[in-house]
Amino acid sequence: MTVEVPTYLDGNAAAGVLREIFAVDITAAIGRCAGCGQTGVFAETRVYLDAPGLVARCQGCDEVLLRVVTTPADTYLDLRGLTYLRVPNPA
Amino acid sequence: MERTAIRRRLTWQAGTVTEVRAETASARTVVLDVPDWPGHLAGQHLDVRLTAPDGYQASRSYSIASAWSGSGTGPGIGTTVELTVEQVPGGEVSPYLVDVIRPGDPLEVRGPVGGWFVWKPEQEGPIQLIGGGSGVVPLMAMLRAHAAAASTTPARLLYSVRRPEAVIYVSDLKELAASDDIEVTFAYTREAPPGEQRAPARIDAGLLASVTFQPEDAPTTYVCGPTPFVETVADLLVAAGHDPARIRTERFG
Repeated sequence: MTVEVPTYLDGNAAAGVLREIFAVDITAAIGRCAGCGQTGVFAETRVYLDAPGLVARCQGCDEVLLRVVTTPADTYLDLRGLTYLRVPNPA
Repeated sequence: MERTAIRRRLTWQAGTVTEVRAETASARTVVLDVPDWPGHLAGQHLDVRLTAPDGYQASRSYSIASAWSGSGTGPGIGTTVELTVEQVPGGEVSPYLVDVIRPGDPLEVRGPVGGWFVWKPEQEGPIQLIGGGSGVVPLMAMLRAHAAAASTTPARLLYSVRRPEAVIYVSDLKELAASDDIEVTFAYTREAPPGEQRAPARIDAGLLASVTFQPEDAPTTYVCGPTPFVETVADLLVAAGHDPARIRTERFG
């Protein structure tokens, strides 16, 4: 490879996997990064699908926000990098 | 939209292909009937899952091309969902959807998903759509929703595409562009059609300044395309004075 091509997608690529776990759409939720404290819409995070499983990283500091690994029997959800997720309540 | 308000764990469901349409040499629109489809908004996605005879599974997320659905009448309403898929060389899922799948075939889908990169007809303010290549797909869903709702919200599409033959939805776009409220500009990057005044080039600050809504128009801007395209366009918009909070991006690697 002579050209550096970003390999990440955005938070939308994780929407389906996360909708199997959460009852609400997480891509429009606001998350706070436990690493740098930046808040932002989950849809704007950087999502990597080429790892075993799915990894979402902070746009600001590249810290891991969330990981999802699915095995035939179970789904593992690791939310280590998120201080919180702010989800709007239904009107 | 009442049906979309029912909250339950999203799972895979079986759809059936009802039609396959060629859009370009490498892009196909796959029309699906999904009996339990809860409706969707323009800009949302669905995931497609293929299962090999040995049990190996691969899934990918695709933008929905058809307009909003779930209530009312018009295109995309009810249990029909359209995807437009561009073949990715060496891809696991797209070659099957582009070359192999036929009407009558089953297809497993999960969706709709995504609540950020969406446009609803009641949303205020002009909409600026900027697409690169097959990044036009969710933007087309928004233009179709705009037309289906008879919206008078001003809308502009700037569509970056390599050459005229690569334009997806060419006849639909020309038809939509005849509307008073929608402007469509093609930015050819490799080869322009005869009569095109602008020499082939990527989107730059000058083009954005001349054909898109300006910061004082307070548009909501939707940018979709390959990651480098989206980053470049978003940076140019911010540099031109657009509020980053009004720029919504979607990258597909």
